Amino acid sequence: MERLEYEFDGGAPVAPRNRPTLTGVLGSGNLEVLVEPADLGGRVRVEVQTAAVGFGAIWQAVLSDVFARWQVGDIRVSINDAGATPAVVALRLDQALSDHTGGGA
Amino acid sequence: MTSWLESTARERVAGLLDAGSFTEFVPPEARLTSPHLAQLNQPAAFDDGVAVGRGMLNDEPVLIAAQEGAFMGGAVGEVHGAKITGLLERALAERIPVLLLLESGGVRLHEANAGLIAVSEIMRAILALRGAGVPVIVLNGGRVGVFGGMGIATCLCDLLIMSEDARLGLSGPEVIETTMGVEEFDAADRALVWRVTGGKNRAIMGEAVLVADDIAAFRAAIRLDPVPLDVEAEHALLGARLDRFGGMEDALDIWADLGIENPARVPLLDTDAFHAAIRGKTA
Repeated sequence: MERLEYEFDGGAPVAPRNRPTLTGVLGSGNLEVLVEPADLGGRVRVEVQTAAVGFGAIWQAVLSDVFARWQVGDIRVSINDAGATPAVVALRLDQALSDHTGGGA
Repeated sequence: MTSWLESTARERVAGLLDAGSFTEFVPPEARLTSPHLAQLNQPAAFDDGVAVGRGMLNDEPVLIAAQEGAFMGGAVGEVHGAKITGLLERALAERIPVLLLLESGGVRLHEANAGLIAVSEIMRAILALRGAGVPVIVLNGGRVGVFGGMGIATCLCDLLIMSEDARLGLSGPEVIETTMGVEEFDAADRALVWRVTGGKNRAIMGEAVLVADDIAAFRAAIRLDPVPLDVEAEHALLGARLDRFGGMEDALDIWADLGIENPARVPLLDTDAFHAAIRGKTA
């Protein structure tokens, strides 16, 4: 297990009254994503708990790509991962951010 | 139509209850995760693999729990079990019917005695509800099926609704093969596994109501009426069943003995044709 933390500059703050949303399931080769509003001065904080050790640089690349596409801020993203591939991670994050924001950023 | 089999636990809850009526207890953001998995350095789900809460079904209040089969096979750990037991105890206090959307291999072996105790607490809470006349309904349509301690717990409930994709048993097929040998039960023979443990056989044996793999079909089959519990009569029924069918090798022999025509075709029938084929011929 490895715990990783990232921060991104973010964009438009999401509504602080958005309900926390859980997307995906912590199954083998899959991940779950919990998105919550948080007062982070407009930034995005991502915490990853992953069963696959040593992939921090790849997480950085995938998350940077996702939050370049999703200009959202003031959210805390918590991920439990059981060895999902980078493509699955990116798709699941798109789904999670869509769920949380009600479809639009 | 929305497939129960293909849906996650949370999608099943959302599809089953009146739209937007679900309120979760101990939601994922509470982060009540398994302390045992953390000690074993294993990934732990935010909800420990089960969502519990309250909602409305056709404007009637219900309490509901849904196990997620994709997380550790829906296995019952300490937190997971405590969430279900707490829900059942609340149902007793408030006299509200319970829907259990089960998908579980049984006790989570990583949590050993804590998992075993959790399952026994679930069973005790179900029996308390039966005694009080508060109905507990199991909906079983997931890929994992329901086995082990949760299989026993299922048989304690008022009503079991299954799809033909679902399975119900005590020891799983692989466990039987490993402990008793492949001559006893060939776990690789999927047709055999489903003939014995699948929803159709459970319906023929009188244990389950069979529905199509559709969330709306599960919803339509729910009856919130308590079924009186008569333990002596249940034991007599099971004893008679064992006397009649105990020597048979395969569910096909049972189906033939019950007078079902062309038993070998039963697994191929769709739900409506199946109900027509077994009418008046169940155990």
